[in-house]
Amino acid sequence: MNHLIDAFDVLLDPESWSGPGGFGVRMLEHLWYTALALIISAAIALPVGLMVGHTGRGRALAVISTGLVRALPTLGLITLAALFVGIGLTAPMIAFVVLAVPSILAGAYAGVESVSPATTDVAKAQGMSGWQVLLRVEIPLGLPLIIGGLRNATLQVVATATLAAYVGAGGLGRQLFLGLRTQDYPLMLAASIAVILLAIVLDACFEFSQRLLRRLLGLV
Amino acid sequence: MEWILNNLPRITDLTVAHLLLALPAVAAAFLIAVPVAWAANRVRPLREVLVSGTGLLYAIPSLPLFIVLPIILGTGVRDTFNVIVALTIFGLALMVRSAADALDSVDSGVRLASTAMGYSPAKRFFSVELPLAGPALLAGLRVVSVSTISLVSVSAVLGVQSLGSLFTDGFERGIVPSIAAGILLTAVLALLLDLLLIAAGRVLMPWSPGGGR
Amino acid sequence: MAIDFRNVTKTYPDGTAAVENFTLHVPSHTCTVLLGSSGCGKSTLLRMVNRMIDPSSGAVLIDDNDVATTEPVALRRRIGYVMQDSGLLPHRRVIDNIATVPRLTGASKADAHRRAQELMEIVGLDAALARRYPKQLSGGQQQRVGVARGLAADPNILLMDEPFGAVDPLVRVELQRELQRIQTDLRKTIIFVTHDIDEALTLGDQIVVLKKGGEVAQIGTPENIVEAPANDFVAQFLGLDSARRSLKAAPREGGGWLVSDGRGRPLGVVDSAPDQQHATD
Repeated sequence: MNHLIDAFDVLLDPESWSGPGGFGVRMLEHLWYTALALIISAAIALPVGLMVGHTGRGRALAVISTGLVRALPTLGLITLAALFVGIGLTAPMIAFVVLAVPSILAGAYAGVESVSPATTDVAKAQGMSGWQVLLRVEIPLGLPLIIGGLRNATLQVVATATLAAYVGAGGLGRQLFLGLRTQDYPLMLAASIAVILLAIVLDACFEFSQRLLRRLLGLV
Repeated sequence: MEWILNNLPRITDLTVAHLLLALPAVAAAFLIAVPVAWAANRVRPLREVLVSGTGLLYAIPSLPLFIVLPIILGTGVRDTFNVIVALTIFGLALMVRSAADALDSVDSGVRLASTAMGYSPAKRFFSVELPLAGPALLAGLRVVSVSTISLVSVSAVLGVQSLGSLFTDGFERGIVPSIAAGILLTAVLALLLDLLLIAAGRVLMPWSPGGGR
Repeated sequence: MAIDFRNVTKTYPDGTAAVENFTLHVPSHTCTVLLGSSGCGKSTLLRMVNRMIDPSSGAVLIDDNDVATTEPVALRRRIGYVMQDSGLLPHRRVIDNIATVPRLTGASKADAHRRAQELMEIVGLDAALARRYPKQLSGGQQQRVGVARGLAADPNILLMDEPFGAVDPLVRVELQRELQRIQTDLRKTIIFVTHDIDEALTLGDQIVVLKKGGEVAQIGTPENIVEAPANDFVAQFLGLDSARRSLKAAPREGGGWLVSDGRGRPLGVVDSAPDQQHATD
């Protein structure tokens, strides 16, 4: 329990948040990594996932890739990438994208598929083109699930970003590994608690926006 | 390939260590999730709390949990028990929801018929509801087993021995085959365990559309 | 074994009354049909007999013993129950489904299976189906398994809740005929719930026509009810007012009579006219 008190002392000390290597900067780095990874992954996965859901083609491939990635050890991915591209942000970013793409993909196609065929049929019968059906019917109605995919990807990236420091990048993992190497358990603990809080806050934001959306779309 | 052959004894040890961390966690997650799910379905107001509550655990990143958990358990960070408990928690995060849904999905007609025939509530649970929830429980268990096998390796950065050690060693000493072998073996283990579970499902549930005949 | 409903009422916590103050005597060894549309409380009444539902007030008696004094699980094991969609256990083979209750009451597997095989024959199921799973059978076959299962413990009472409601009309008629044949041999006390008037007229020794809330519109034999419907509700339910059952007979060329309904739809022929003398016997 003393360790816990020490850890909170670290977290509550303004000193530890300031400076170039402080918690404040690391937290921002962590968020920045997460945001960047999400933007890249979404740019790849959203169009593909929406098309898979809209056309029904390539569904099997999307399902298999989601399953495969679950089996992929994140640490292995990061270290392998680091050996090839060197120390820095590139290696972890590759790993983040590889891990995030399938979640977003799955959310996107599941979202589009969740719209009942009757609804899309009616839209077509009213004279909507394929694009209009996708943009005006399938995406809005599938939005909660599409955001669910982004949510899973975010959690995945926030967790994995902690490992980025292991291959020389920044983020809250820096503090964690510093504590690990210097046998400073309170510091490790403080960093861990910070990551956990970050993850829970982000998750809660997604939960809130999904609920809000469901209400706005009249799905509840 | 050559690297693998030269390091076979160590790889074998690490594989065994990996399984000794993953298998107890998968089993524990399953054995705890089923009664929790049963209770959640039984007491409806409890359901939302239990299912969402355990789901929330999934948001916790793995490495930080390995580090925070010892405070509650009173173990060391590198303790096997610590790692197993952390993995069990992640397993529960996935399994409680799928077990609750699985038990809930048992056809109400069959439930009614078994009550009418004179099954006592306990007997009905074990000989009707549990087996009928079997295929859905198995599906949940398969997800848990695959993700647990892959999660174990993270603990290697703390110095816990598993296939993850192939990543840390490989990275620190710059050996690509070590990391590649680690990824490959993790995938193979996950696949083998999955096949084992499917086979067990076929044997235990020959009546289900997925298994038998 | 006779069954008595004495002033039973079932009120749910939200205030809705499924059944109100219902009284009925079900004689031993006969088939009583509870007939009514959905929401008339017929299934509720049926389930009171094996204590799947306990009445809010009043009592159900089997041979003058209040069922409330019997432990429900034990009670259910000695009362056969057959329901719509058969409710078979999908993870048990046909033979094990039929053997369920004997196994629950402690019969050895061999004895229970032997009994199950006899029952398969009684309900007209091919012995080759014993090793199949329920999903591998047709709807009619599943329903036969359901009946066999209901009879397996050799209960004196058989409760049937729209047992043939989900099978197609031809199979339904066949199953009704089989049930009549079985009843001639076994003479159980049957309570049969249905919303199908033809089924009620075919199977019932006694028919209870129910209105909403378990209110009795008429109790009588099939003949009583067709001949003298007690009120407009019964007449409407039977279709007497819609001319479906007010028949006309016209002489046929070459002897006999052509029978048609009130709208002139031909129904069939009678070889010889009913003799007025016999009819009043």
